[in-house]
Amino acid sequence: MDKDILLSMEDISVSFYTHRGIVKAVRNLNLQIKKGETLALVGESGCGKSVTAHTINQLIPMPPGKIESGKVIFEGRDLLKLDDKEIAALRGKRISMIFQEPMTSLNPVFKIGDQIADVFMAHEDIKKDEAMEKTVKLLELVKIPAPERRIKDYPHQLSGGMRQRVMIAMALASPEPGLLIADEPTTALDVTIQAQILRLIYDLKQDIKMSVLLITHDMGVVAETADRVIVMYAGRKMEEADVYSLFENPSHPYTQGLLNSLPSNEKYSDSTRLEAIKGTIPDLLTIGNECPFENRCPFAMSICRESFPEETKLDDDHSVWCHYVSDQVRTHTRAGSLLPTRGKE
Amino acid sequence: MLKYILKRLALLIPTLFGVVTIVFFMIALSPGDPARVMLGERATAASIEKLRHELGLDKPLYVQYGLYLQRVVKLDLGKSIKSGQKVSEEIRDHLPATVELAIWAMIFSTTVGIFLGVMSATRKNSWIDFGSMASALVGVSMPVFWLALVFIMIFSVKLDLFPTGGRMNIRYYFTPISGLYVLDGFIVLLKSGDPKVLLSALHHLVLPAIALGTIPLAITARITRSSLLEVLNQDYIKTARSAGIKERRVIYRYALKNALLPIITVVGLQVGMLLAGAILTETVFSWPGIGKWLYHAIEARDYPAVQGGIIFISISFVLINLLVDILYSVVNPKIRLS
Amino acid sequence: MNTEIQENTKEKSDEESAEKNSLFKEAVFQLKGNKSATIGFVIIVGFILMAFLAPWLTPFEPNDQDISIRKTAPFITSHILGTDDLGRDLLTRIIYGSRVSLVIGTISVSISLSFGILIGLISGFYGGWVDRIVMRFIDIMLAIPYVLLTIVIVALLGPSLVNAMIAIGVSQIPQYARVVRASVLAEKENDYITAERSLGASNFELMFKSILPNSIAPIFVQATLGVGDAILSSAALSFLGLGAQPPTSEWGLMIASSREFVTSAWWIVTFPGVAILLTVLGFNLLADGLRDVLDPRMKD
Repeated sequence: MDKDILLSMEDISVSFYTHRGIVKAVRNLNLQIKKGETLALVGESGCGKSVTAHTINQLIPMPPGKIESGKVIFEGRDLLKLDDKEIAALRGKRISMIFQEPMTSLNPVFKIGDQIADVFMAHEDIKKDEAMEKTVKLLELVKIPAPERRIKDYPHQLSGGMRQRVMIAMALASPEPGLLIADEPTTALDVTIQAQILRLIYDLKQDIKMSVLLITHDMGVVAETADRVIVMYAGRKMEEADVYSLFENPSHPYTQGLLNSLPSNEKYSDSTRLEAIKGTIPDLLTIGNECPFENRCPFAMSICRESFPEETKLDDDHSVWCHYVSDQVRTHTRAGSLLPTRGKE
Repeated sequence: MLKYILKRLALLIPTLFGVVTIVFFMIALSPGDPARVMLGERATAASIEKLRHELGLDKPLYVQYGLYLQRVVKLDLGKSIKSGQKVSEEIRDHLPATVELAIWAMIFSTTVGIFLGVMSATRKNSWIDFGSMASALVGVSMPVFWLALVFIMIFSVKLDLFPTGGRMNIRYYFTPISGLYVLDGFIVLLKSGDPKVLLSALHHLVLPAIALGTIPLAITARITRSSLLEVLNQDYIKTARSAGIKERRVIYRYALKNALLPIITVVGLQVGMLLAGAILTETVFSWPGIGKWLYHAIEARDYPAVQGGIIFISISFVLINLLVDILYSVVNPKIRLS
Repeated sequence: MNTEIQENTKEKSDEESAEKNSLFKEAVFQLKGNKSATIGFVIIVGFILMAFLAPWLTPFEPNDQDISIRKTAPFITSHILGTDDLGRDLLTRIIYGSRVSLVIGTISVSISLSFGILIGLISGFYGGWVDRIVMRFIDIMLAIPYVLLTIVIVALLGPSLVNAMIAIGVSQIPQYARVVRASVLAEKENDYITAERSLGASNFELMFKSILPNSIAPIFVQATLGVGDAILSSAALSFLGLGAQPPTSEWGLMIASSREFVTSAWWIVTFPGVAILLTVLGFNLLADGLRDVLDPRMKD
């Protein structure tokens, strides 16, 4: 196994058994995160990216959730085979998480200092005083001014950006952080604060040498922070590439759609208008083996309704799962040069 | 925080005023003449008229109301028709018994109720959950007085474990100090080293306290379960779990403190239920408290006593709920610090 | 995680709710699958059947006294649940008691419901000073513990079954008014109300034809709970001698008059209480189920 790989998910399928039927949230997903790398998981809400993240540290409520198949290998161990105690020991210590809503993700009835110190004390055999000292240092690290005073604050006394910094501090309150899962960390924040938080995560990653799994629907955020990108749609992986290839050469019609709807991207500034992708996400209850994007795809063919495509490698670092693209590649000898162009020009 | 309490206190005044007004007019406008009730069916018209004058019942209603308000402000609730004693003094004499009963019922219902609720919420859809929620539903569907009688039948008559009523073995000659017999029993124990008063007081409390506490227990268990389940779905619980905090600690420290907020409100509302439920429980267990006293006052159509009793209970209810709200704000930093 | 899925299903149900009818069908469908609602419903139907079919269910008369067979133990003779201190058949009296309870439940809830709806609707719809005054008054009424209020009203009106019903009904009005007001306030904000208003609907039409039918769910739950509450309260009143008077076969009264027999005839105390318990349980179960189905916020 590749020594550089920190975490690898193999053939993961997750379903939710609701009273309406089985929701197939994630299907046959493979992904790998290298040490020190930021991997972005991109897609619209409901595409299964959060479920994927929650599969890693097993925060999926079961029932109704069920991990149908697959392995999550982290540092040589399959996390899905660990018992509750073993997984709890990894959570917050080697695998931490920050959430979308800084407003609701901190416990409203405890001081933030106590909340962070509690995490330290859960992972190390230290006294409260020592944990508090560490907490103050950590709050300094995430650039919270006057941390000695702030530790006595309750969450509602802090701004959204400050709270997200506290969340990040809490995620780092460990002797040896390994993987940080950031689930839409900036969605709920102002644009200016967003940039600061992204910068902070980036800096911390460099300093502490941890890996980041960034979950977002925002291509702008991806461009700024990610090393590698996986585009997800309706529980499936559609495209995977390093961040440069993806933005240079978006190959899946869905990825193109996502980039088209991005206002600030210079490459597409000639676009006269924002092109939202037409149609809606298919019902995850009734979906079969077809390509889930088929009903919205401008290049849909009859085969798209029959089976989900195999991987098409465009490059060492660039793969796509699309019948249309694989057709194009097969009919043209020089792969990569004759990829479908955006939209219907 | 202080401002909040002052604001609440200011809001209290119109409520108290309203309660006194409603109770006064409800009783004043009700059919039946207190003077006639006092003197009996065979009294002459003249003697009734004389008593009406003495009681001020011949004055126009608004004058009576004004006078009554004046007296209530001075904590004077008038004299009982039946005993001739001051209503305020009668209430004072009967209050400790009810307070003692209510406190123990409350301790029983909150501790057991919260415990059952937590067990149910953390083991959702298990047999424990199903069993305790089913019993809670049965608990709220039961008539209190019937439960009290069934208790007496089983534990007093059949098994002879507890007395059928009263607060103390009548053979013990002891002069109440605080009127709370458990406390008094402690004092006796400390002074003379004799535990029999304390034991007898506790012995007499068990059945009435459990009977009175059963419905509040059931309600507390249900609200604890639903409140805790809601809290366990919150983001910050996910945060705590993802940060590797141990599950026990997540539930008993992180979740329960948040879940406590609605529980406190409900427990506060139960005080009113306890006071009212005391009428039934005290009647069944011959417990010499406010409830039994009020029941006899109603039976005897002792208007000043009924009026005074209801005003007293309602005001206590309002004040206790104020206390609960303040307690709520202490637990909830959002209110405390604003 | 879960929220994403919930969002999906929510979108779905939004589309479905376009047709009111299908929503109702959905509710009935869910109720059928709801265990507590089903059990509660069965108990209530049994209770109503018992009330209507009373004379055909038992060969005895509820008030036939026969001193020679007084206090017959249950499960031995043809008096299945035994007889009371005057030799009356206990089962018969319990069966006839369901009639009294059914009447009390329906009438007192109708009283609280009609006044509560009227007050809550007006208060919530008009808002402003009307609302402030009404709510102030309701808060004051709620400061007096409900059981106490009932006892006082009935004590003042004079002890009787009719007065007990009135007292229970009246003292519950504030609760209903509050529930109605809350759901009217929530409903009033909807766009369709603004739309109908702009189309010239009168206040009366808006209140009774648009808002009320759409905010009925919580009121319905409250009323279901209310029937059980009323039965409990009337039993308590009768127990205190303030409700039904002898020889009416009212369950609470039956327990009251059996008090002196706790040492000698357990069945006279026990069975009427079990009847109250089962009936009230039925209504509470149904209300629980209704709340689960009608109020999605309460769903786990």
